[in-house]
Amino acid sequence: MTQFFTAVSIGAGNGSIYVLLALGFVIIYKSMQVISFAQPAFMMSGAILVSYLSPKVGFVAACVLGAISIALVALIVERVAVRPMVGKATFVIAIITIGIDIVVRVVAGAFVGVNPRQIGDPWGLDVVTIGDVQVQHRHIAAFAAAMIIVVLLFAFFRFTPIGLAMRAAALDQEAAMAQGVSVGTVFAVSWGLAGGLAAVAGVFTAAGNSIDQNIYVVALTALPVIILGGLDSLGGAVVGGLVVGIVQSLTSTYHRDIFPNLDTNTGAIAPFVLMLLVLLVRPQGLFGTKEVERV
Amino acid sequence: MTTTAPPPRDTRGPAPKRRARRVLGRPELFTSYSQDMAFLNTRPKQLGVLAIIAVAAYLPMGLPDDILALLGTGLVLAIGAIGLNLLTGYAGQVSLGHAFFVGVGAYTSAALAGDPDGRYLGFGVDNVLIWIPAAGLAAALCGVVVAPLATRLRGLYLAIVTLGLVFIGIYFFTEWRDLSGGAQVGREAAVPVVFGNDLTRDGAYTEEQKLFWFFLAVLIVFAVLARNIARSRIGRAFAAVRDRDIAAGVMGVELSRYKIIAFTISSFYAGVCGSLLFAANGQFGPEQFGLLLSVQFIAMVLIGGVATISGSIMGAMLIALLPRISSELPGLLGFISSSPIEHPNIFEIETALYGGLIVAFLLFEPRGLYGIWLRIRTYWKSFPFSY
Repeated sequence: MTQFFTAVSIGAGNGSIYVLLALGFVIIYKSMQVISFAQPAFMMSGAILVSYLSPKVGFVAACVLGAISIALVALIVERVAVRPMVGKATFVIAIITIGIDIVVRVVAGAFVGVNPRQIGDPWGLDVVTIGDVQVQHRHIAAFAAAMIIVVLLFAFFRFTPIGLAMRAAALDQEAAMAQGVSVGTVFAVSWGLAGGLAAVAGVFTAAGNSIDQNIYVVALTALPVIILGGLDSLGGAVVGGLVVGIVQSLTSTYHRDIFPNLDTNTGAIAPFVLMLLVLLVRPQGLFGTKEVERV
Repeated sequence: MTTTAPPPRDTRGPAPKRRARRVLGRPELFTSYSQDMAFLNTRPKQLGVLAIIAVAAYLPMGLPDDILALLGTGLVLAIGAIGLNLLTGYAGQVSLGHAFFVGVGAYTSAALAGDPDGRYLGFGVDNVLIWIPAAGLAAALCGVVVAPLATRLRGLYLAIVTLGLVFIGIYFFTEWRDLSGGAQVGREAAVPVVFGNDLTRDGAYTEEQKLFWFFLAVLIVFAVLARNIARSRIGRAFAAVRDRDIAAGVMGVELSRYKIIAFTISSFYAGVCGSLLFAANGQFGPEQFGLLLSVQFIAMVLIGGVATISGSIMGAMLIALLPRISSELPGLLGFISSSPIEHPNIFEIETALYGGLIVAFLLFEPRGLYGIWLRIRTYWKSFPFSY
């Protein structure tokens, strides 16, 4: 049982990272009906930027600065490469974001250096023992941070004028424009938010780990999350992120017992298998809006 | 009540088929549908294609072996790119999982052609005429298995699911060590032996020359096949599904059937591509079938030209030559380093070029290299009045 709860705690920690990334995907999807494959790059560059900043200004300030800077980078990318394509087929825009992802990742990767970088987080691999279960500080921190950000984000969408504008644009872009909503601003804000969220996710991915060229793969694992939760559901992203995190961590933990013949741990592909299973039953995800076909 | 005389019956029977004739000096005037849909519908196209094939066949005599090897890889990649273009360009189904099917083809051929007494799975069938189609069929079979899931999804959902396929694929390739040799180790690729002639041994001609000719022949076969698929009933159904799937469904195109066909054909091409892709290198590992390979295929299709066969070939050639182009860059631009420790180095530039080219082409020339060719052609066709 101890093992089980340890796995759940790890899963909740990692799942919080997926939540942050998935929220970014969903925010962009809701505003533009496009999946931004550039999120992995923003996450990676966020982690790298913070690792450079934190020795100079301290960890917390570095996180805030890093998130803001990556949000700005995302804004610029949106303005330069994505905005001209608005109105084209969504898959074209999605492919453009793949291109952006590659370029940004190469640029960010050049700053990784030969030795693995440390992010300078205060948690490391410290643990607190609750009952019999050892829970790592970084997982608690990730979970707490993610929940705070989720609450702030929902409040932002609920109570601010721009949040209202974003919800309106997500509902019906043309009607929103007719009411005076600046859809361009909505696009920009959604990309900025997604970039900032990705940067924070990068920080928590790198906490207690080192940063290398392959850190971006974590963000690709967040793609099953949005499929699971539904592409256009913020709540789905939160639930889906935690579910995927916990399922992945349980699979890793009990891999030996379930698949004694397989040497490589199945945890890495568990999210993708879970995604396929969910899609077989519910193509629109758990909380997504069912697609209505109109002729 | 007066009975009206029935209309005089047409005693001539069906109108005799007028032989469609080309009008001299009006190359773009088609007098029948079949003329318009002909395989190469104008004389300059026929001559041009013949000339290109002739030049390509002569290339091995005039080029150094290292360039030939790259071009040969380009020819093989072109087969895979054509496959992806049939799926993504013609049928409009975005797939990021092409690398998985390439991998299935590569391992099928390697296992079939492998040494039965060797370290890894092998059946000792060394005839290319058996293992190339077998690799294609194995990949196509995987395509059929995946397709029902794909037909339920549209657009970006499909892209993500096929992306997941790549990860699951790498896992299985890595795990099945008897077949693949495991991570970082790899196994030997299938050796192409044509009529008892081992193409990887230098003889009267070098390995690169022989492989180039062989790849060229295979590519021509599959390119012609793809062109014919594209202009047949199936190709028209693909285009209808791509342009508006609901409208296509209303018009009687069976959506799921044609999506499955598209997936199957595309996977078949990917399998064939995979079976030949490592013939020159001789060695390959499971990590090669990752997301980057899929993105490279997407890049080939987009850079070459969506929904064009010739464009896929151009795109594949360009992508195949990219490593070479970027390795020439340090000579031209002093700040680029060829050492992997310094930045920016050629490997980073190469990867960034994939991304940069995709973005640049989509922003500025969405029709790809084929579109550039169209512009040149239109400019000269309407020469003094080019506006």
